[in-house]
Amino acid sequence: MFDLNGKAALVTGASGGIGAEIARALHAQGATVGLSGTREDPLQALAGELGERAHVLPCNLGDADAVTALPKEAAAAMGSVDILVNNAGITRDNLFMRMSEEEWADVLNVNLTSAFRLSKGVLRGMMKARWGRIINISSIVGATGNPGQGNYAASKAGMVGMAKSLAYEVASRNITVNTVAPGFIATPMTEKLTDDQKAKINEQIPAGRMGTPAEIAAACTYLASEEAGYVTGATLHVNGGMAML
Amino acid sequence: MSDIEDRVRKKVVEHLGVEEDKVTENASFIDDLGADSLDTVELVMAFEEEFGIEIPDDAAESIQTFGDAVNFIKSNS
Repeated sequence: MFDLNGKAALVTGASGGIGAEIARALHAQGATVGLSGTREDPLQALAGELGERAHVLPCNLGDADAVTALPKEAAAAMGSVDILVNNAGITRDNLFMRMSEEEWADVLNVNLTSAFRLSKGVLRGMMKARWGRIINISSIVGATGNPGQGNYAASKAGMVGMAKSLAYEVASRNITVNTVAPGFIATPMTEKLTDDQKAKINEQIPAGRMGTPAEIAAACTYLASEEAGYVTGATLHVNGGMAML
Repeated sequence: MSDIEDRVRKKVVEHLGVEEDKVTENASFIDDLGADSLDTVELVMAFEEEFGIEIPDDAAESIQTFGDAVNFIKSNS
């Protein structure tokens, strides 16, 4: 099941905890992976760990020209891009009344607009191949909202609407577009929380614990697979029951 | 009949699965040849590859008929 041999996957934000795990999971199923991110060192380390079938493709997603060039670089390195995982994201949290234009624009630009640009860039090859998978990594807060994250929640909800619209347009070409919406996931970022803070968070999660990057990666592996060919425009919530949507 | 016309017609026949004699000068891809909007995007992609040219999005939108396509390619290749 979920054999990805012969497929090439471009993963953005592969220098982060969740992105790296998604790349590992797709690679483990046989895919060639293109590792993109702003910090090259962790990408090189991950490529070294994976060995064959791993390509490092550094890119600053805030830079429009670099984003537009990335799908072409990925296709040149891997032969094609059959699977795109729009995972990269940033936060610039602030109370809405204090949020600057810049905080708003930066988050929308990196989280949503770069996903638009990359999706557009990989579609030509997918249309020709009559096969493609686009997976957007959204967030539970895109559906529930979160104080202090008006910009982030808007970008993550935006990914869902974008994915559904695109899913309509390209479904007849055997290209699926889906969204994975993680809840609280244990990453180096959440490691900084105190035990008290963690306990409070876990109280709100029916599963009683945070999720793992591997649990997000497993959802991506499924959506990337041949077996998920009839699933499109969907949002797969992976949140331990924190919000049952 | 010019070589360009032949090659464009071949691509149209190939992509839309229509009879060759239906592909006339004024035949609209959408109204006469049964293309949907995504088919027209793919046709433009096919023309770009066949003739090694780049057709920008705004020009692509103005290519509605077989004649439009032939004229655009003639003046840009």
